[in-house]
Amino acid sequence: MYRRWLWPGFALPGVVWLIVLFLVPFYTVLAVALGTVDPILFQAVPIWNPLEWNVGWLNEVVQRLGPGGNLTDVALRTIQYVAIALGLSLLIGYPVAYYIARLAGRTKALLLILVIAPLWINYLMRMLAWVNLLAPDGYVNRFLTYTHVLSEPRDWLGGRPSTVILALVYGYIPFLILPLFAALDRIDTSHLEAARDLGASRFSTFLHVTLPLSKPGILGGAVLIALPMFGDYYTPDIVSGAPQTSMIGNQIDFYFHGGPQPTIGAAITVVLSAFLTLIMGYYLWTIHKATREARTS
Amino acid sequence: MSLVAEAPVAPRPSTWSRFRGWLANPWGRPRFLALITWGYVVWSIVPVLIAVQFSFNATRSRTNWEGFSTRWYWGDPVDSVWHDPTLRNALAQSLKLAVADVVIATPIGVLLAIGLARWHGRGSGSSNFLMLFPLVTPEIVMGVSLLLLFTEVFTFIGTGTTAQILGHVTFSISYVVVIVRGRLFSIGRQYEEAAADLGASPTSALTRILLPLLMPAIVASAAVVFAISIDDFVISQWLSKGGETDTVPVKIYSATRAAPLPSTNAIATIMMVLTLASITLGFLVWRAFTRGERRAGQSAVKDMGALEI
Repeated sequence: MYRRWLWPGFALPGVVWLIVLFLVPFYTVLAVALGTVDPILFQAVPIWNPLEWNVGWLNEVVQRLGPGGNLTDVALRTIQYVAIALGLSLLIGYPVAYYIARLAGRTKALLLILVIAPLWINYLMRMLAWVNLLAPDGYVNRFLTYTHVLSEPRDWLGGRPSTVILALVYGYIPFLILPLFAALDRIDTSHLEAARDLGASRFSTFLHVTLPLSKPGILGGAVLIALPMFGDYYTPDIVSGAPQTSMIGNQIDFYFHGGPQPTIGAAITVVLSAFLTLIMGYYLWTIHKATREARTS
Repeated sequence: MSLVAEAPVAPRPSTWSRFRGWLANPWGRPRFLALITWGYVVWSIVPVLIAVQFSFNATRSRTNWEGFSTRWYWGDPVDSVWHDPTLRNALAQSLKLAVADVVIATPIGVLLAIGLARWHGRGSGSSNFLMLFPLVTPEIVMGVSLLLLFTEVFTFIGTGTTAQILGHVTFSISYVVVIVRGRLFSIGRQYEEAAADLGASPTSALTRILLPLLMPAIVASAAVVFAISIDDFVISQWLSKGGETDTVPVKIYSATRAAPLPSTNAIATIMMVLTLASITLGFLVWRAFTRGERRAGQSAVKDMGALEI
């Protein structure tokens, strides 16, 4: 009896903690999103019984996010920013990870430390650094006017989509490089030697061996940074702050902190979570498929 | 082979043909990739170093370098980190949350990792699954749900320090589990089984065999928890009730959106040093403990890199 309950007993505090402070809170979001609003105080009234859930607010939010609604632009903009930032991150991150994993030689450990370091530097510190650099009289503007690329300083922080996207790339790319590096570093070099022995050029070895073998790392890293990017609100806030660059996270933030309408904020959170669960599900499905194929082949 | 003998002696490649060769096969020579990699490293680190530099500026400017001074750390009687009560409070609050987080999350996470690795009965699968969720849930979703928890359900707690600590522990537990579980898998069960064969009870096998072997992972996870707690912005902000419960990242956020002084850079620099010191310490302890366990060619840096994922 003692032995049977020993290990579950070890897990118990952690499991209870996660149920009370992770699952229950999420149910609370559902209860608020599917609840009602007090007509006099405009406060959220959660409905705890799923049988009595009121889908009115959720419906309204879905309609507002759908075609022709007033949140359509924000939703599309969020997807667009995340897609571009993700593409740029892969474009920069893949060669970097490839070089460190395969070609860096003696500098490998040093480069790895330098690539990991930004992960442990506060995200806001790194954004603050760019706010300093991109200020009207900051180093970037001074350099660009000195080299006559720009005739006068540009207002980089005044609501430019390009600034927000570059800030997203800068913020999240270290989280992508590490899984890419892990995937590339794991590839058995005998596969590459086999390809070269069979007459493949370096480039076609890369295209037909390295790239397919690193696909799980690409996908994993992409999902790993896409999820937090979709929920980001502080990056656009800090480097732009303008409504024309606001993302879906800014809307959630607004409905809770700006003009408090937690029911709408909770409903947007539910829709966002459902969307991210789809991405997550797709990723888990590809892993599942890959392991099944590896087992049968 | 004859092919080699028949091949004409190649003339020294001209610049153009070398360029064409490079265009056709930029991966052929690592130089191009080396350029990208070092360019990336410079791009990712130099802005932060410039921000650190301006924390030592002699004037109020964060864009014009006008000489070295420590006024933004303690010299300035009003706006320095040492003298500005809001910045000092933020620093104290950040440290308070981080220490509480380490003290609560590390033991819970270690127990959960051991439990999940050894328990195979009903409910173990879903517990494992549940443990992974906080790692992939976007922070804003956790922020919203914890805020609603403390304003709609546990209203007697409300927002503030207690809520912030509970929130930090919630996202930290999974990191501890991932780190400790990795170590559990790599040490295997043979030591415990040997102890059991020699007559040790499960409890004494645990305290005398398993815990000492897990020590590097426990220290490393404590260091990681300290660092992620200090660096956390979203949960701290959503569960803050303003004033004294604002942490340093929350202060950096609000200062950056208003008109930041170099003191913002100074407090950000202090936080950066704290985080990097904690991670370096965790790494050194890990390396010292696991010395002699590593196979040839397997560096401790790589171990640490693998921890992050």
